[in-house]
Amino acid sequence: MTPGVSPGSETLWNPNRQRSKITQQIVIFITGACATVSILTTFGIVATLIFETFEFFQEVSIVDFLTDTRWTPLFSSKQFGIFVLISATLLTSTIAILVALPLGLLAAIALSEYAKPNVRKVIKPILEVLAGIPSIVFGYFALLTVTPFLQNFVPGLQGFNALSAGLVLGIAILPLVASLSEDAIYSVPRSLRDGAYALGATKRETIISVVLPAALSGIVASIILAISRAIGETMIVTLAAGQNPTLGFNPLVPTMTMTAYMVQVSLGDTPVGSIAYKTLFAVGMSLFLITLVLNLISFWVVRRFREQYE
Amino acid sequence: MTVDSTRNYPAGSLGSFAEKFHQNLSGRYRLDAIFQSLAWLSVAIALIVLAWLLLDVLIDGIPTLNWEFITNFPSRKPEEAGVWAALMGTIWVMAVVAVVAFPIGVGAAIYLEEFSSDNWFSRFVEINISNLAGVPSIIYGLLGLAAFVYLFEPITGGRSVLTGGLTLALLILPIIIVATRESLRAIPNSIRLAGFALGATRWQVVWSHVLPYAMPGILTGTILALSRAIGETAPLIAIGALTFIPFIPDGLQSPFTVLPIQVYNWVSRPQEEFHAIAASGIILLLIVLLAMNAIAIYLRNRLQKINL
Repeated sequence: MTPGVSPGSETLWNPNRQRSKITQQIVIFITGACATVSILTTFGIVATLIFETFEFFQEVSIVDFLTDTRWTPLFSSKQFGIFVLISATLLTSTIAILVALPLGLLAAIALSEYAKPNVRKVIKPILEVLAGIPSIVFGYFALLTVTPFLQNFVPGLQGFNALSAGLVLGIAILPLVASLSEDAIYSVPRSLRDGAYALGATKRETIISVVLPAALSGIVASIILAISRAIGETMIVTLAAGQNPTLGFNPLVPTMTMTAYMVQVSLGDTPVGSIAYKTLFAVGMSLFLITLVLNLISFWVVRRFREQYE
Repeated sequence: MTVDSTRNYPAGSLGSFAEKFHQNLSGRYRLDAIFQSLAWLSVAIALIVLAWLLLDVLIDGIPTLNWEFITNFPSRKPEEAGVWAALMGTIWVMAVVAVVAFPIGVGAAIYLEEFSSDNWFSRFVEINISNLAGVPSIIYGLLGLAAFVYLFEPITGGRSVLTGGLTLALLILPIIIVATRESLRAIPNSIRLAGFALGATRWQVVWSHVLPYAMPGILTGTILALSRAIGETAPLIAIGALTFIPFIPDGLQSPFTVLPIQVYNWVSRPQEEFHAIAASGIILLLIVLLAMNAIAIYLRNRLQKINL
């Protein structure tokens, strides 16, 4: 409707308010339905996981699932010891966090405390590029570049191994730690630092004993989020750590994480209702629960330990 | 010294702090210099690894990156293999993702930011969105497998372009909603109040005043979300997207493959010739990502020029 031109009673000065109100009601209904999609997604994820996992435990006892020491669901003698996969996931994630935590935290300190504003302006986007690289590219890098490189120094390192998968995984989650910690450190007010300087502390002493404790909740939350990301990451560990389910924590030999198993089964033909199809959801459920617990801890840490400054 | 007793300092930090007054300054400054170098070294390591990764991919991939590689279908002979099917599959899937995720994401954000009061429904949606952002992407693949591949098979046609697009759309929906809400929030309230003063309904104000100003920000967020979806491999493998497709999709129910899956397929083969063309595929993937990021940065700069 062009204001002021339309004929009849409905003009710029006499719009059809009734129709405007009805339109608004329709819009509220449609946008509300859009918002419902996120609820439906959560519901869909939880419902499929619970349903198929329930079916899985009709065939496999939950005690075997938690205590068995072998994971061979695709062989003729089937055993379902989820801890075989969990141990591999823990191994790669631990290596990853040992890389990402010190490097990410120190990089965050360099950017927020030491960098001049224009240096910060250049380096932050470059770290964002690192965060935006698809994980398949990191997987290629881990398998075909880092592993051959490490084999020059580490005797007994096999072609597939948890070590290079974990190291590259650490590089992949480093930007997450760096950028979230940087936000937390950057938001510590100047007055706290000035107080420490006034007491005669040097810059390093100020950072370590005043700034970092003040930013602790943000830093811890970023680390927990990074661990959760490392546990759910798929392509790097699938490509570089291998497809060989072994219980144990030797980083030099092939191993198989939860996500790598899910890829292995998905690449084969998995008819609905087969035991392979059901294990997919049982492993997915375990992964979902672990990351859910970590995410809840992260929310709790942020809410419980957040420092409020004027 | 005066200590704010309401603040929780970690145990011992103030004691050691006080002792350090008596240390020689030059020694403390030397430690400072070491600490500062370590911090910068961490930044350098991140940058060096990034450069190493990019150089490595370029050196391996440039020699086999040519027009035949782009326009050939996959083949069992590496010298004849190409990415045409994967490239077209990526375009098809991303079209579905954009068409589904953009209106739903923007709609949900408008509802949460403009229409909903602080009631149980909006709080429930908020909790859901932050939870969904923490769900591993392969779990979305399981949802896609159970819901779109099997449950809605008559509509989606099984392991199809539509299934892949819907799965990825659900994955990036939280990102679009959060980005849209932020750009809606950045529009000053005076604009809305001016509209209300003229007798417009809230929807009329949002549609004709708020959305046009917020659009560059919304588009920036959407493009970043889409570039995330382009790189996603795991959920598409979980829904069973095929790796050997010697044709391009001809409809929404057509089977498909995408660039990352094609790359995964080539990397996981033992022959080195396939590794080289995998690197070429990665270069293409990174070029697409770079182009999308460039558009997003351009839009962000446009946004910053608007004076409100």
